[in-house]
Order: sequence, then structure tokens, then C-alpha cells
Amino acid sequence: MTSEVGKSNEEGVDGGRRHFLLVATTVTGIAGAALTAVPFLASWKPSARAQALGAPVEQDISKLEPGAVVKVNWRGQAIFIVRRSPEMMKQLEDPALAERLRDPKSEQSEQPKYAKNDVRSLKPEYLVLVGVCTHLGCAPLSRFNPADAELGADWPGGFYCPCHGSKFDLAGRVFKDVPAPTNLKVPPYRFVTDGVVQIGVDAEVA
Amino acid sequence: MSATMPEKGKMAQLVDWIDARFPMTRFMKEHASEYYAPKNFNFWYYFGSLALVVLVLQIVTGIFLTMNYKPSAADAFASVEYIMRDVEWGWLIRYMHSTGASAFFIVVYLHMFRGLMYGSYKNPRELVWIFGMLIYLCLMAEAFFGYLLPWGNMSYWGAQVIVSLFGAIPGIGESLVEWIRGDYYISDITLNRFFALHVIALPLALVFLVIAHIFALHEVGSNNPDGIEIKKLKGPDGHPVDGIPFHPYYTVKDLVGFIVFAMVFALVLFFAPEMGGYFLEHANFDPANPLQTPEHIAPVWYFTPFYAILRAVPNKLMGVALMGAAVVLFVFLPWLDRSKVKSIRYRGWLFRSFLGAFAVSFIALGYLGLMPATPTYTLAARFFGVIYFAFFLLMPWYTRIDQTKPVPERVTYHAH
Repeated sequence: MTSEVGKSNEEGVDGGRRHFLLVATTVTGIAGAALTAVPFLASWKPSARAQALGAPVEQDISKLEPGAVVKVNWRGQAIFIVRRSPEMMKQLEDPALAERLRDPKSEQSEQPKYAKNDVRSLKPEYLVLVGVCTHLGCAPLSRFNPADAELGADWPGGFYCPCHGSKFDLAGRVFKDVPAPTNLKVPPYRFVTDGVVQIGVDAEVA
Repeated sequence: MSATMPEKGKMAQLVDWIDARFPMTRFMKEHASEYYAPKNFNFWYYFGSLALVVLVLQIVTGIFLTMNYKPSAADAFASVEYIMRDVEWGWLIRYMHSTGASAFFIVVYLHMFRGLMYGSYKNPRELVWIFGMLIYLCLMAEAFFGYLLPWGNMSYWGAQVIVSLFGAIPGIGESLVEWIRGDYYISDITLNRFFALHVIALPLALVFLVIAHIFALHEVGSNNPDGIEIKKLKGPDGHPVDGIPFHPYYTVKDLVGFIVFAMVFALVLFFAPEMGGYFLEHANFDPANPLQTPEHIAPVWYFTPFYAILRAVPNKLMGVALMGAAVVLFVFLPWLDRSKVKSIRYRGWLFRSFLGAFAVSFIALGYLGLMPATPTYTLAARFFGVIYFAFFLLMPWYTRIDQTKPVPERVTYHAH
């Protein structure tokens, strides 16, 4: 190697210039390759059409009966909208219930600020949840009747995931001793009018 | 030239003509008829050539499947059923491909275990081993992408769970998941790009890596059940005294292996192509439904050891990290192993026990990953997970203090 360099110098080669050119072209080449990679990598992001299809959805809830649930598809996920009856609301206030929950105050769970309360909703009567179990993404079932035959006499009513047996109360809060780590997610939502809820846009809280 | 050498036939002349323009004969000599492999290869040495056979099988059947498969959420499931019912011999080609996927992992796991037993990853074969591990990683990705393509409900939710794993990475997790899917959920867009990766990108990478694996192997020469470097002892002809030309000796031997393999493969193919739900999961006979999860989500058997490790860890990020480590740790084996001898034949009871315990825990984790995660099973998965990692992490210690036996000069060989 050293003999080669020496030989080059004898032939009048400027080693310093050669080294500079080598480094400069290498750096420029790498920078160019990196920039060229950007369009290819960016092409993997949700396309304009995917973004449009992932736009907020509206649901008319004016005809929703107390105690009933309506399921809306938003971004391929089921969104549960439950109109809670007064009896259901009473269940949630039971102090014995909070004892059985893993995260009663929703400290560890995902929800917009306006839903971080005991009933986990903007308007106490209406519960809006992402219907995807926080364990491994299964779809929980609505089991609103207390003392359900399958879920036992102390079942207060709520959601039950058939995959691995996770249980959630009527505010989507997870019970202790089930596989799901956190409460069901609350999506961003707002009320366009009293009877229309829009999923995918945050409510402006005064 | 033909005038001075009239004895040369037309065929030989053609070979000469090619050799003057392309290194055909030289290549055949270097990699077959004059590649000297140790003469003491045993049963375990079938699986390398079988992996190559399965690779070709997967490529050929895959090409024919793409001729009728449609990579879109609307058509994918129906197009697979179309192949199964309406395309002439389509069911055979498709079952060859799905059975081939499981066969690939069986032969590769046995091939890797051979490497562990005989220390084939040790100096000077580190790069052979690393290329092999890259092949294994590509193979896992290839299998994962391919599993989404039938667009069954297990395809869908399996992809959902595995892609969600990247969401555990702090900070960038959620946007990374969105980038991989190209959508807010596993959709038509995701299916289309997984198809591209499955049929073009990864097969190209696999073929390239297999060539690199074989070139690296032929550069250093094959290891053998005795872990002896046969190149150290050469005869007067300059060839290793314990070596025999790969062709015809091992091409013939591998041909026998191939015939036995083909018999077993055909039995599965014709009598149990679903293998009771292990090769093709039952839930995958329902079309993908984003709003309805299968009752029990489990990956296909070849991923379950790692899935069991993932589930055994109570913390999501730690679970993902440990699952990744369980795969990546193999890469470091050449440097974790401090033993002076390669083969298990001359190692002491410590290495033998650790390797045995590792093999048992790999199989046990594979079983647990198929089962629902009950508290008892989770506890068992933690127990076997600890053994799994102990094999790697304690290796520098136990391979150094292990009582090894003296390695003989010549390979153990009994003429038949």
C-alpha cells in the first residue's frame, strides 16, 4: 500500500487532492442516494385516498334508545356509541365497582382530556368507545345486563372480550385480573348537534 | 484447433467454446466436482440441500400462484378459492406452496440445530452463520407477508397483532405502524404492499443471501460432525485426505435425502395439507373481517416459540424487545462460544446439558405459543423463556469451563 502511494507520488499524483475528491464524491453520492430514497419511503405513508377514507364520520344518535348501542365503522375499527340508561349510570356510581377496576380514574388509559372522568365521556349519557380490546385487538361483546348468566351474579353490566376473557364496565374501564392492561380507548369525538356525533374530531372544551 | 485434436467430439467443442467465454467448467469444478467436503457427513447434513430444494419449490409454485391470485382486499380470498376449486391442479400448486412454507421452517430449524451441535458457526465460519441468520430473518418476513395474502380472518388478525408490535416502540411506534400499513388499519393498501414484498423484494434478497451463504461456505470449506478442519491434512494430490468431491459423492447422497423428503412431503400434501390446523389454520377459511376477531389468535407453528416469549412478559415493550432478542441473539453465537472444540462429540456435559435444555425449551415454547395464555401456561412460558436466554447469555461462561475431550487428527469414519 505504502509503496503504491510512493509510486503515485513519483508520477506526480497529488494524493491530497485525490483523497479530497474521493471523500467529496462519496459524501455527495450518499446524500443523493438518501434523498432519492425519500419518495420511495414516503410512498408507504397513507395515500390521499386512504386519508380521505379515514376522515371523520358522523352518526345520528337522536333515535338511539336508552340502554342501546350503535356501532360505527371509523378507520376500519368498530366505534361503540352507547346511550346509557339511568340504571346504568347508577351502576357506575357504585363505590364497590371502583374497587374491582384496574384503572378507575383512567390514569394509564388512552382517552381525550374531555373523557378523562369517571364516566369517560363528554356527555355522561353517551359513551363513545373504540371497540377494540386493549389486550390483543379483539372485538369485545356488549353484555349490558347485570348478573349475566355466563359472567356471574356480581357482573354489573359492561363489555366482555371472548378471546381471552377481558372484562370492562359500562364506561369501558377494565376489571382487575383480566389480560387487558388498560381501559378501552375513547376516540376523538364531538357533538355536531345534540343528535349527531362526529368521530375523528376533538371536541372543543371550554 | 479441431484439425490438431480430431478426437474431440462436438459436445466437447461446445464446452470449450463456452469456457473461452464464460467460466462454466471452472465454476462446476469449484463448487461441485472439485469441492472437497468431509467424508464423514451424517444424517444432519441433508437439511442444507433440502432447504435449497424447498426454496426452488416455493419460487416455482409461487410464480404459478401469482398467475391466478389477485392482491386486493375485494378479490384476494375469492381468488384463492378460485385457485383451489376452478384452476386445473390449482389445489395442488397451492397446497405445495402452503405445505412448502412449513417444510421450509422444519428443514431450516433442523439445519440450524445441526450448526449448534457441531459448532458450525465457530471460526472460520462466522460469515456462513451470519448469512444463514439473515436468510432466516428474510424467511420469517417472507412467511409473515405471505400469510396475509389469502386474506382469511386469521391472516388479517395475525397481521394486525404482529404489525401492532411495532407500536410498542416509544415515540415513533404509532406512526411507524401507520407507515407499515399505509392506512389506519390493515387494508387493501397493506395487502397490496405485502404482496409486492412477498413476491419480489424478499425472494430476491433470499436468493442473493443463499448464494452468499454457499460462497462463504465453499471459501472456508464445510464443517463436519467431528468439528475437524479437514484442510489441515492434505494428501500428495493437494486435496484434504478426509475430503471427497461433493459431486458425485454428496449429490448422490443428497438425492436419497431428497427422495425420502419428497415421500414425506407428498404424504402431507395429499393426506393432511392443513395438518389439523397447524399448517393452515381453521379460522383462515373465513374471509378477513376487520370487525370480528377469531376466538383464539395464534401464529402459525413456526413463530410460536417467539410468540410465547412475547406473551410471557407482562410489559408490552419489554415483551417485544425480548422477542426480538430471542431471534437476534443467534447472530452472536460465534463470539459467545469460547470453547476450544467445535463438535458436541468432544464437548463436556455442561454444553450438552445447556444445548439439550435449549432444544427442549424451544419446543416447549412452541407448544405454549399455540395454547391460550392461561396463568399456568404463562408461568411455564416464563420458565422456558429463562432457559432459552440462559443458553445464550451464560454461553461465554459454561463453554469456557466445560471439560472438553481431545479432538483426533482424522475424522471418525467407518467404511461400509
